Amino acid sequence: MATATEEVTLPKLSNDEIARYSRHLILPEVGMEGQQKLKAAKVLCVGTGGLGAPLALYLAAAGVGTLGLVDFDTVDASNLQRQIIHSTATVGKLKVDSAEIMLKGLNPYMNVVKHNTMLTSANALEIFKDYDIIADGTDNFQTRYLVNDACVLTGKPNAYGSIFRFEGQASVFATKEGPCYRCLYPEPPPPGLVPSCAEGGVLGILPGLVGVIQATEVIKLILGIGDTLVGRLLLVDALGMSFRTLKLRKNPDCPACGTHPTVTELIDYDQFCGIEKPAAVGPLEVAQNKAVAEAPVVDGIPQVTVETLKKKLDAKEDVFVLDVREPHEYPIANLGAPLIPVGSLASRVAELAEHKNDEVIVHCRSGARSQKAALILKEAGFTNVSNLAGGILAWADKIDPSMPKY
Amino acid sequence: MKIHIPTPLRSFTGGKETVSVSGSTVNGALAQLTTEYPELKPNLFTADGKLRSFVNLYLNEDDIRYLPAKEDSPTQESDELTIIPSIAGGCCR
Repeated sequence: MATATEEVTLPKLSNDEIARYSRHLILPEVGMEGQQKLKAAKVLCVGTGGLGAPLALYLAAAGVGTLGLVDFDTVDASNLQRQIIHSTATVGKLKVDSAEIMLKGLNPYMNVVKHNTMLTSANALEIFKDYDIIADGTDNFQTRYLVNDACVLTGKPNAYGSIFRFEGQASVFATKEGPCYRCLYPEPPPPGLVPSCAEGGVLGILPGLVGVIQATEVIKLILGIGDTLVGRLLLVDALGMSFRTLKLRKNPDCPACGTHPTVTELIDYDQFCGIEKPAAVGPLEVAQNKAVAEAPVVDGIPQVTVETLKKKLDAKEDVFVLDVREPHEYPIANLGAPLIPVGSLASRVAELAEHKNDEVIVHCRSGARSQKAALILKEAGFTNVSNLAGGILAWADKIDPSMPKY
Repeated sequence: MKIHIPTPLRSFTGGKETVSVSGSTVNGALAQLTTEYPELKPNLFTADGKLRSFVNLYLNEDDIRYLPAKEDSPTQESDELTIIPSIAGGCCR
């Protein structure tokens, strides 16, 4: 970004642009020069999902001249509950392509640079170098730490936002004087403690709220106005509609941005977060419950296909099916099986005592939680426990297409 | 004194967002909290009793790491402790 000592020619605005940004131009805090600064600015949005969607849209509306988008994913119908930059018409498209359509439709004067890739230690520094400000809208801890470290190493501020169910956090990290993400969280949580949105769920509007807060901070940084969230953590509670700010301090001992940094290059963030490298089979992201590999036996638990279960049920075999999802999932779709959520199973195992030596098949939504539950039962002395591979989703896919998938 | 429990840990407090404890120091309040809700303990503390570093503790607005007495900081009835764990959702999925 241009500093006071650099001589930089700000880009001119055409008459059309002046008409478009009129409401900005008549604000003394923005004016012609401010709008030109916005046009000169280059912002990278890491992630074009829940947070990235409102973030990118508002930055485009504001007239940010160059917007980079990093996303390797494709649009799925379940994204449309919150990722308002995509549409029903773009389901199946690459997210960066889908986002570009909406962004250019809103503001044809901007440049959209698409990075259809996963951000990794191998490419982050190279990608970041062409931008002034980074906006982190990712959804996993490895990338959070990666973005932070790359921002500190390249000297770019990080407009940070994150959400979980009904709560959000926002701040600006990695400015020279301010703290970085590691000052606040030197250590990632153990895998399994914090579920991803696909498992925990999220109120659709929440990333909208937090994403626009991030966009606001980006614009304040570009224009040099207001008090940014540097040194503050904003906590948003959508259910209570309460906003709190906590003080953040730069940690002089921070391994990334402290006085004696030990992070001098990007590391293996999977290892840092205690995550196993993604297997050839299975999703790439960290899930609270690891996806179960496709194999007949996993960790000593036989995997049963939905076809096999159907055969057993049709033949009226003496099989005890156990559903280990949460109670609120049951009405969406169920196999009529008794339900004990996986989180309470260990303490309620006595309720299933009569089935200790029966054939027990455990199911959940996709087969990950039920694998965990099967291990709990095996540990408790059950002699014949199997996991329904693919869960109720596989049943809806292959056995009963009238069953909704969620 | 109130302790605010973050969403990921509420399954260990029976869903409660706020827990009332008495304690004359931060440590005292936390000890009461983990006595009442023992499942919180391994999530908040390491084996040798230190607060895990992905969990931040705020006494009102201040991070206790930066208070002179840290976890031994004295507390009053009107104070509020907030536990802030890291969350990462941004919802690409």
